[in-house]
Amino acid sequence: MAIKGAVVIDKERCKGCGVCVVACPNNVLALSKNVNGKGYHYSEAILDNCIGCTSCALVCPDGVITVYKVKL
Amino acid sequence: MFNPDIIKPENLVYKKTNVLTDAVMHYCPGCGHGTTHRLVAEVIEEMDIQDKAICIAPVGCSVLAYNYFNVDSLGAAHGRAPAMASAIQRMFPDRHTFTYQGDGDLAAIGTAETIHACNRGENIVIIFINNGIYGMTGGQMAPTTLIGMKTATSPYGRTVELNGYPLQITELLAELPGTYYVTRQSVHTAAAVRKTKKAIRQAFENQKNKKGTSLVEVVSNCNSGWKMTPVEANKWMVENMFAKYPIGDIKVDGEKVKK
Repeated sequence: MAIKGAVVIDKERCKGCGVCVVACPNNVLALSKNVNGKGYHYSEAILDNCIGCTSCALVCPDGVITVYKVKL
Repeated sequence: MFNPDIIKPENLVYKKTNVLTDAVMHYCPGCGHGTTHRLVAEVIEEMDIQDKAICIAPVGCSVLAYNYFNVDSLGAAHGRAPAMASAIQRMFPDRHTFTYQGDGDLAAIGTAETIHACNRGENIVIIFINNGIYGMTGGQMAPTTLIGMKTATSPYGRTVELNGYPLQITELLAELPGTYYVTRQSVHTAAAVRKTKKAIRQAFENQKNKKGTSLVEVVSNCNSGWKMTPVEANKWMVENMFAKYPIGDIKVDGEKVKK
């Protein structure tokens, strides 16, 4: 059974600390080249292999990550 | 990658709790305070005690905690949060009063209040963030600063001759008969976050059952004070802080855990 996940990151609240990038087991996340309104390089999903494990959301100090998961 | 097929309300597995307000936290990027705030809020939501919880904000980085917790809150004088919590909990025994303190607040200026509140066995929950430094004032040496650690007031590193030893206040408090649950956790990985949440839940459950003081220490990073990136600071914390402040339960159900 395949599991597929997706993350939604609140760009404007993200402070670009990079803790979620390290926490992700599938290297889905990376810091963007662009910056948000406060000048932080926000985190974004660059790959499509998210498994919805919520590791990124758990370690996010600002609670900006929302995680969705679906069984295919 | 935006995937509209997956992003639907029925597939939601994790979302920031509503017990935290939508205010953007003032903490530095990567600070463990934000994570710990969220865990406390999640526990409050899970136990459905939002209308009964009372937060005592300290002085320190988390002085503005009342802006983020969507519960009744008060700000205490520096270090006096356990004293204030004692009074409030005695007046409202059915409420859940918790203090949220840093190491400069709990282990330095508030040592007397902390020790006596724990010794009296007040039915309060103390969340103690230990990052070994005074973060808000600009990275000065705290009682919990490690030997050799460079801070603004120990630029050549802390020495035993001049500054004494790092204070392991959590072990000290575990010796007191009033404390019922004393544990030390961290929030640097997802696994650690889950354990910390369990510990905070346990602390609030103890309070519900009127067992006495529960203290959850969270060893955290201070990337601004330590002059590192958040990821480096977490690594440094695992390598150095955990040697002096080992993670694990220290006192469970009023009995000290044998090592």
